[in-house]
Amino acid sequence: MKKFFSTALARGLFWQLIGTLTGAGLVTGIRVLMGLSATDKFFFTEPAWVLGGFFGVLFFLAGNGSVSDWFKWARGIETPEHHEERYTGWEKYLNVSLDHKVIGIQYTVTALLLICVGGLFALIFRTELAQSQLQFLKVDMQLFGQNGPELYNTLMSLHGMIMIVSILLGVAGIMNYVVPLLLGAQDMAFPRLNAFSYWIAVPAAVLLLMSLVLGGFGTGWTGYPPLSARAPVGVQMFFLGVFTAGWSSILGALNVIVTVVRMRSKGMTAMRMPIFVWASVATSIIAMTATQLIGLSFQLVMFQRLFGMGFFDPAKGGNPVLFQHLFWFYSHPAVYVFVLPGLGVISELLPVFARKPLFGYRWVAMSSMGIALVGFLVWAHHMFTSGMNEYLRLPFMYSTLLVAIPTGVKFFSWVATIWKGKLTYPAAMLFVLGGIVSFLLGGLTGPPNATVSVDLHLHDTYFIVGHFHDTIFGGFVFPFFAALYYWFPKATGRRMNEFWGKVHFWLMTPSFFVLTLGMMRIGLLGMRRRIVDYDPALNFDSTHLVLTIAGYLIGLAVLIFIINFFHSISHGEKAEGNVWNSRSPEWQVPSPMPTHNYDQPFEVVGEPYDYGLAGSKYVEFAKPEKSKNK
Amino acid sequence: MRHFVIVGILVLVTAVLTYVGLDVAGVATQMNPIEASAQSIPIDWLWNWEIIAICFLFALIIVPMAYSMLVFRRKPGDTTDAEHIEGNTTLEITWTVIPLFAVLALAYMGAYSLGETRRIDPNAMIIKVKGQQFVWTFEYPDTGIISTELHLPVDQQVLLKMESADVIHSFWVPEFRVKQDVVPGRVTEYRITPILVGSYKVRCAELCGASHAYMESPVIVDSQADYDSWIVEQVAIVAASQTPEGLGKLLTVKNGCIGCHSVDGTKMTGPTWFGLFGTKVNLTDGSTVTADDAYVTESILDPKAKLVTGFPPVMPPFKLTDIEIANIIAYLKTLK
Repeated sequence: MKKFFSTALARGLFWQLIGTLTGAGLVTGIRVLMGLSATDKFFFTEPAWVLGGFFGVLFFLAGNGSVSDWFKWARGIETPEHHEERYTGWEKYLNVSLDHKVIGIQYTVTALLLICVGGLFALIFRTELAQSQLQFLKVDMQLFGQNGPELYNTLMSLHGMIMIVSILLGVAGIMNYVVPLLLGAQDMAFPRLNAFSYWIAVPAAVLLLMSLVLGGFGTGWTGYPPLSARAPVGVQMFFLGVFTAGWSSILGALNVIVTVVRMRSKGMTAMRMPIFVWASVATSIIAMTATQLIGLSFQLVMFQRLFGMGFFDPAKGGNPVLFQHLFWFYSHPAVYVFVLPGLGVISELLPVFARKPLFGYRWVAMSSMGIALVGFLVWAHHMFTSGMNEYLRLPFMYSTLLVAIPTGVKFFSWVATIWKGKLTYPAAMLFVLGGIVSFLLGGLTGPPNATVSVDLHLHDTYFIVGHFHDTIFGGFVFPFFAALYYWFPKATGRRMNEFWGKVHFWLMTPSFFVLTLGMMRIGLLGMRRRIVDYDPALNFDSTHLVLTIAGYLIGLAVLIFIINFFHSISHGEKAEGNVWNSRSPEWQVPSPMPTHNYDQPFEVVGEPYDYGLAGSKYVEFAKPEKSKNK
Repeated sequence: MRHFVIVGILVLVTAVLTYVGLDVAGVATQMNPIEASAQSIPIDWLWNWEIIAICFLFALIIVPMAYSMLVFRRKPGDTTDAEHIEGNTTLEITWTVIPLFAVLALAYMGAYSLGETRRIDPNAMIIKVKGQQFVWTFEYPDTGIISTELHLPVDQQVLLKMESADVIHSFWVPEFRVKQDVVPGRVTEYRITPILVGSYKVRCAELCGASHAYMESPVIVDSQADYDSWIVEQVAIVAASQTPEGLGKLLTVKNGCIGCHSVDGTKMTGPTWFGLFGTKVNLTDGSTVTADDAYVTESILDPKAKLVTGFPPVMPPFKLTDIEIANIIAYLKTLK
């Protein structure tokens, strides 16, 4: 326990608390001097909480040591290029490390933790929805200054945002761990920035959770004003949390791009990069250039509340629809940030388990870039009913439908890849295939939302909720699990239990399809999204009960995964060789990966996915290989 | 070649079966719930074509995938790799170009369908709609009727001119299909032609606060005769309401007060008005106050000044004139 309290994580959280009190105290002191009220419903006043939240983040980063090298440089003190690892075992992961593999695992485990939190929130409100009328989130209950329906709205909103942050961290985790290994690099281009990008996400997650106890925010994750301008102080913590998490995303993306541009092995031309690297670049371009807009839109509402600047307040000449444009300019491309790496994982793993080259490598690579670029031009399809200028609706319908083309290229290429393959089905492959089916359902239910007139019916219903979950499970959740099963031996030298992996898959997949297809069905019939209760006359009770049971089964499946994951770290079957018989460079050396990656640099001498081509190799190490390649 | 023939047949069979299955489930040729507006017809027409395309594409991907998984699975003991097929440029171009034209066709159909739903009848009847947390109010400018129920004559286009008093709401009658946000600071328009007599509900589709789920009001499509008699009835009510009590009652409807305050003793978001006037009210600070003229006036102009125990402090202030408040108080006195 004493060891835990001396870790960077514990020190950071301690300093975040001190920082929050300092910032809040500062504002409160100034308010007292100015003769303004010092306290409010949640002890501190709103400006005090905002500055407190902001100071908390700064204090966290200063206190846990993730910026200390930069300070040392500024003071003229030199630091070693690499930090030799001072810690072993679990302590390594709770302290600041500059090793991309450690940071990748930190990201991944944080993402899993947040998935559990977000999933728990979903189960709470899913339970309330099992029957019409209010069962336990009643009007006369009070928790954290919220009554039942208000708490429902907060949990529903937080489910969205916590899951989004969790996805961003999961994406960063896989990219961080895998991209340098695939490139043959020793580390990311900027190891300190990499550590900073991870650690700033931790206080961001704390801020998001703080919003729950500071009155919550019943606005949905979209936080549209004027509703968000009237929400309790919790919404400010939500804005600040998203703003802070955005830094993580932007800086992490920058790091990935520079790493890919500058640190590829000899011979790795653009068209010989592993396909996951292409996906990572595409996703990073979006994250690096669009994230600013959600930060900006939330910051404007924050200032509207704090300083009375009426950006979105019609009474002061502001425009609420403008917020939606700013918000969706990030938040639509954001879904491509979520799914492109997952689609990259699918393309990366399919050839390994089908023992066949990736069909149309160049087309798959270009389709990622195509999706990323077209993704910037479609944001207003979220606003067909918003009251924006009518003439904008048709161009956005066309641009949105265009996304179907590069997406279609991916599907056709995947099918052609497994056609005439020699397929095996370990858990990793099952999740890849499950991801394809789920993304197919999500993709096919997209065009009806893109055509304006049909969307006028579908918008803001459970149809959208079902469609969205299909795309995100297909584009992120299934491939994320696949990636974890696949690269787990690389990180630990052991593999996860296959039997429980298959139980995880066969429990989660059918439940998930029941859940999303059921959502779409009642959405068509008139089930609105984001409601705590529904009209009993609509006869949705039995469907909702099924959906709730399906939700619990998904929760159980994920719980099985979590247990399997942590148990296998120390108890899994040893797997130090090329377990999947992959051509990829990281599998040509023994697991777990040494601290500075490859002992010998490698040169790319062939195509990455030439399975079935006798005598071909993707990489050649400088000295004869030490590991035996089966 | 044999594989392609089998898969080709299976794709067609699966596509047809999927479509038939969805149609039996009631989501293909007619998207449920029933079509109650002229605008729902082009929307459901497009939806049906989209479902046909979805069924075909679903089969086109899922069948070869499932077939590969079964037929091309690794035989036990086989450790060799599969055939080395890197790609096929002709195929790639095919499945880029054909979908491009399919998408353009769909976009054209989408534009046509949208145009049909936006077809304007110059003689459309205008009704004003006000959305506020958490009630809808409908005002008929020709007759001065103010109602919390929306009555519409069948087969007559109406143009709703919608305004919001507070946050964004969204006007949606699922049977009419069309949805339009109601945005503070501007007037948005909703054009609809009901074609089926019946009783429906407008359901707020944009999250608007704690009681968003309950922001529903009746929408009744009447035959022309029923509609006319409803108008006569309502006009009579308006005419009979030229007393202070009557005007007060209309004000409570117009301002949406009765969305939260019941007049029959039912507990809603705010305290009931039934038997309220003149009684003692318990406040959150522990004191009590008599519900007299001064208290009611203050509670309308500055609702947070005195908070009643057991109710959330959610009421916004209402800027009403002294005469209007006097009329409302006169009306409150009648609620016993």
